[in-house]
Amino acid sequence: MDKHISTPITAEITKGLHAGDYVYISGTIYVARDAAHKRLAEMLDEVETALTQEERETLKRGEPVKKITDALPFPLENAAIYYMGPSPARAGRPIGSAGPTTASRMDRYAPRLLDLGQKAMIGKGKRTQEVVDAMIRNHAVYFAAVGGAGALLSKCITHSELVCYGDLGAEAVLKLQVEEFPVIVVIDSEGNNLYETAIQEYAQI
Amino acid sequence: MIRTVSTEEITKHIREMCIEANHYLSPDMDQALKHAQDTEQSVLGKKILNQLQENLAIAGQEMIPICQDTGMAVIFAEIGQEVHLEGGFLEDAINEGVRQGYADGFLRKSVVSDPILRENTKDNTPAVIHYSIVKGDKVKLTLAPKGFGSENMSRVFMLKPADGIEGVKEAILTAVKDAGPNACPPMVIGVGIGGTFEKCALLAKYALTRPVDEPSSIPYVKELEQEMLQKVNRLGIGPGGLGGTTTALAVNINTYPTHIAGLPVAVNICCHVNRHVVRTI
Ligand code: SF4
Repeated sequence: MDKHISTPITAEITKGLHAGDYVYISGTIYVARDAAHKRLAEMLDEVETALTQEERETLKRGEPVKKITDALPFPLENAAIYYMGPSPARAGRPIGSAGPTTASRMDRYAPRLLDLGQKAMIGKGKRTQEVVDAMIRNHAVYFAAVGGAGALLSKCITHSELVCYGDLGAEAVLKLQVEEFPVIVVIDSEGNNLYETAIQEYAQI
Repeated sequence: MIRTVSTEEITKHIREMCIEANHYLSPDMDQALKHAQDTEQSVLGKKILNQLQENLAIAGQEMIPICQDTGMAVIFAEIGQEVHLEGGFLEDAINEGVRQGYADGFLRKSVVSDPILRENTKDNTPAVIHYSIVKGDKVKLTLAPKGFGSENMSRVFMLKPADGIEGVKEAILTAVKDAGPNACPPMVIGVGIGGTFEKCALLAKYALTRPVDEPSSIPYVKELEQEMLQKVNRLGIGPGGLGGTTTALAVNINTYPTHIAGLPVAVNICCHVNRHVVRTI
């Protein structure tokens, strides 16, 4: 089914999305891939060691802790993160080629960010059970964008700005404005997985 | 007769080839993708293949790279033994071409200087260069920028001679199944059989640079290529890994003599952005 959604991506929105839906996203999405996730995790490690007992309890209950929200370079609550590292923009363009990268390399970091409020991941390829469990727990969705269609996808990006980690070059964190950005729900908030079901449908061996 | 080729000219060609490879697919790839559009059975799969066509059109017209992963530059330099190279050091000349091409073509710099320390070199160098000395007085350059979504899914299997051709088939299917959606299907599958551990990997990589509509000249290998393409397409992975009948566009297999005790097999998976440009100087 074709659906059109706008950010922020709330639990109300994700609950209405099902594996196999073709979704067009408009609004703000954040870009982060391997090196940025690693830095985010290191930053969180540092902040978490400085938490009081009470703050730790709050975090365990899945409630926001001010020290953490303040330290994050962008708000994770109801955020969508696009796993992507663009090619450089030519003059007059917001961005270069901008297709998804393989999501499994972010599997190690994703559950923690989902627990902090992130609701959508955009990438390509398989995810681990730990990620799927964290998605179910937090009502999050995993979208695939078409891999290797970076020129086409870049046309749906109207604006791009640097958020942080500029020294990482193509791996910096960006804030994008997107219009009707096309994605497919691969794993929904109930854990249904299109990669598994669709392949079974066409498998002959 | 000795023929002189200047390394400056090689730099110029490599620069242009980097830009060309990342914006236009070769005619054989273009044909194969169009053919897949006609034969794909899944509705979503067809939609994705249509998007890939649209993507290619935008890439060429507006000079936006086909894929943002403009790859690590892999270069096969086949140098005729009658060639005399003049100018700077050949390797520097090739890397300079990559440097210029990736800067001037607005291509992504994806190379880190050390696999563990991981600092970006910021100019996509060094390239991975495979030299060979061949007959004649020409320099043949093949440039194949390789994305790592698919490279990461590639495998080397050290089979036993007793595993035979059935073992080879199983190895190919295992690698493709494991790759699934991660390798941006429809894929092109390069296979190397024989040689040594490193030789079979190189054969597989080189097989990816052969046009997808050009079968092996060895009859049994040609048959194996066709059979494996059919088998792979029956896995159901489909375009984008979202189900369908087009999992691969081609299986290209190269072979080499090997040792009495071994049967090395390498499967180098490439995505539909199978880039290769060849120039002969
Ligand atoms: S696997 Fe190929 S199509 Fe996919 S992101 Fe990498 S280079 Fe691009």
